[in-house]
Amino acid sequence: MDFSYSEEQTLIANSLRKLLDDTYAQDQRQRYLESDLGYSADNWRQYAELGLLSVPFAEEVGGFGGSSVDVLVLQTEFGRRLALEPFVSTVVLGGGAVRLAASAEQQAEILPAVIAGECRLAAALGEPQARFDLNDVETTARADGGGWVLNGAKAVVMGGDTADKLVVSARTGGAATEREGLSLFLVDADAAGVSRRGYRLIDGRGAAEVTLDNVTVDGAALLGEPGAAWPVIEHVADLGNAALCAEAVGAMEMVNELTLDYLKMRQQFGRPIGRFQVLQHRMVDLVMEYENARSIALLAAMEADNPDVTTRARAVSAAKVYVAGAGRKMGQWSIQMHGGIGMTDEYMLGHYAKRLNVGEQTLGDVDHHLARFGAIAAAA
Amino acid sequence: MDLSYNAEELAFRDEVRAFLKDKLPQDLADKVKKSQRLSKNDYMTWHRILFDQGWITPGWPVEYGGTGWTAIQKHIFDEEASAAGAPRVQPFGVNLVGPVICHFGSEEHKQRFLPKIRSGEEFWCQGFSEPGAGSDLASLKTRAVLDGDEWVVNGQKTWTTLGHYADWIFCLVRTDPDVKNQEGISFLLIDMKTPGVTVRPIVTLAGDHVVNEVFLEDVRVPAGNLVGELNRGWDYAKFLLSNERTGIAGIGASKADLEHLKDMARLERKNGKPLIDDPLFQARLAQLEIDLMALELTNMRVLVEEQERGSPGPISSLLKIRGSEIQQRLAEMKMDAVGPYATPFILEAVDADWNGEPVGPDYAAACARSYFDRRKTSIYGGSNEIQKNIITKAILGL
Ligand SMILES: Cc1cc2nc3c(=O)[nH]c(=O)nc-3n(C[C@H](O)[C@H](O)[C@H](O)COP(=O)(O)OP(=O)(O)OC[C@H]3O[C@@H](n4cnc5c(N)ncnc54)[C@H](O)[C@@H]3O)c2cc1C
Repeated sequence: MDFSYSEEQTLIANSLRKLLDDTYAQDQRQRYLESDLGYSADNWRQYAELGLLSVPFAEEVGGFGGSSVDVLVLQTEFGRRLALEPFVSTVVLGGGAVRLAASAEQQAEILPAVIAGECRLAAALGEPQARFDLNDVETTARADGGGWVLNGAKAVVMGGDTADKLVVSARTGGAATEREGLSLFLVDADAAGVSRRGYRLIDGRGAAEVTLDNVTVDGAALLGEPGAAWPVIEHVADLGNAALCAEAVGAMEMVNELTLDYLKMRQQFGRPIGRFQVLQHRMVDLVMEYENARSIALLAAMEADNPDVTTRARAVSAAKVYVAGAGRKMGQWSIQMHGGIGMTDEYMLGHYAKRLNVGEQTLGDVDHHLARFGAIAAAA
Repeated sequence: MDLSYNAEELAFRDEVRAFLKDKLPQDLADKVKKSQRLSKNDYMTWHRILFDQGWITPGWPVEYGGTGWTAIQKHIFDEEASAAGAPRVQPFGVNLVGPVICHFGSEEHKQRFLPKIRSGEEFWCQGFSEPGAGSDLASLKTRAVLDGDEWVVNGQKTWTTLGHYADWIFCLVRTDPDVKNQEGISFLLIDMKTPGVTVRPIVTLAGDHVVNEVFLEDVRVPAGNLVGELNRGWDYAKFLLSNERTGIAGIGASKADLEHLKDMARLERKNGKPLIDDPLFQARLAQLEIDLMALELTNMRVLVEEQERGSPGPISSLLKIRGSEIQQRLAEMKMDAVGPYATPFILEAVDADWNGEPVGPDYAAACARSYFDRRKTSIYGGSNEIQKNIITKAILGL
């Protein structure tokens, strides 16, 4: 067994950490947040130059041919600095759908621009009525000549506010919550009939509500076979969750660094508060949660590319349940141990808690993944 | 044993209900139920309605405007007001400094300050905490030095809730630096308009401006604004904090919150069915309701004891701990109830006069904000760790 990064992974982690150290000081991050774009266009360009946007894509289309473990390496760094760029939505989710569903020809058409940082993607899979069930799709796609006409609404599309293209799930057959009959389409975000209501999530990242009103696309917009997209949708969500878990682990590292520093520095009753045993034990709890979260996030990354859905789902849902639960507790405990200062917008700790929160409530919450894991465990 | 209200208490409850039905403005109750942001005017509107009714200061001695209600009656009022959606009465004048003035203030203080606290004409804030003195409040450094017939005050207060609304601040200040921490503190009333008082906002995680830093630079305060005896401020602060903890379990508000959570869970859908029927969610909801039931009865036991013996004693710390935990869990479950729609953060959406289109259901916008905001309930008024230290010493003798 080997839990360590390869030499190449260490190298890339270090250079990304360096870049983020230089570009993500708190005041810089604040400026990105206050800009219309909501992230650093400059950083996005640099990620492209460093090849980070190419990681999971095949070499034939100019990709790096990497794995979900490579994505974990990057995501942990993004999590440590609470990066705002649409990496998950473009590379992991939107890009994941394209590489898993699209023909070689379509990939060659779409992905080079993504890799170059010139095309941002977002996966518009969830719907207002669906909660976390991605099979609950009411958006329809009707065949029309050689193309399709799309109608429906998509909810909380991460990165949907700035995306150039959207990967949209729509029903070409089957009844409301059936897994059969789902298809994926690549739609220009500014196509006629697409309207987007952009907003920020609690962690500052952008997202959008998307409405599709008689949006016409040509035949080439269909990714994969019509009606057969469910396995891809499920796999994309697993890739996303593995990446969100890795990001959470990075955020947790910083939660613990900040909290430990504070326990040593903050004086009350004539001594550092870290001398109070109840806080010492809580700090140990934080470390314990972090270590276990990291372990299971590694498992999720190792299995996220596995085509065998049972093995993959078991690992990813387990990771999501554990990491989301740990993240919730860690956010609460660390704020508590800081006292009033932990409640302020000016201090970074709370922003880590918020990032952990968004991860928890995206692509399935604890209950959703408990049920998914439970069903697998019960059948085994 | 009898765990129900007696006939007089039931009659009192009916009277409170009739009053609320008649006098609580519907638009205000709607704002409260939707967790929208309340303005100073909203708080004061309700304050004045209670004042007109003679019910604004139930806890004060009757000669100063108290209602003479029993502890149970106070609880009934609190519970009914919360259920009806009445805003919380801001405690700083009514529950904190008011009783201190009633008990320890001079005749002049009583005449000068009490009527305006009751009428709502003057808004108060609490200047206890400092950057270096939170849990260890007695280590506070803000200094007051007598110069002729004025105190000259220098220092900094922080976390001052609604200091930007306040006309007056009651402060703990150090008047003798050469004795044990607790023995050199006095209780001083400062007009916020005095030159040298500067208020700076602190923005919280929920994106709100509620707390402030208050800087005091050569602030000259009439010597007569010192309450009670010189260097006895710590005793008055302890008296005040024990009042702060009465009603701190927040039972009434939590019961109202639970109903709201259930309403949301009936509307939300999971797998096409109401979320409230989902076994995982339902089990957690049930557990929360059971914990609240147990706390409610414990609270009643404490109230009855208070009624019989005159003071609740250190057990009120238990109420604060568990009450704050339940308030936090309620906010947490509301956030969980709305699923993916908990994550959009649209600040304006919690303003009553916002007429934008909500993202997701209209009750979703407040959920994550409340979740983060409620972290405060286990920090302020003496953190839960400090409450446990109190219990350890005062009840367990450890
Ligand atoms: C929203 C909000 C509103 C507030 N409003 C007011 C106000 O209007 N007026 C006012 O004066 N103050 C106000 N406060 C301040 C509040 O009373 C303090 O935050 C509180 O006393 C804790 O102090 P601190 O924040 O300095 O934390 P610290 O005292 O630094 O505590 C940090 C952590 O250490 C723990 N700790 C400290 N000592 C011990 C110990 N001996 N044993 C174990 N653990 C310990 C604490 O429990 C906490 O977890 C407010 C605070 C908040 C968050």
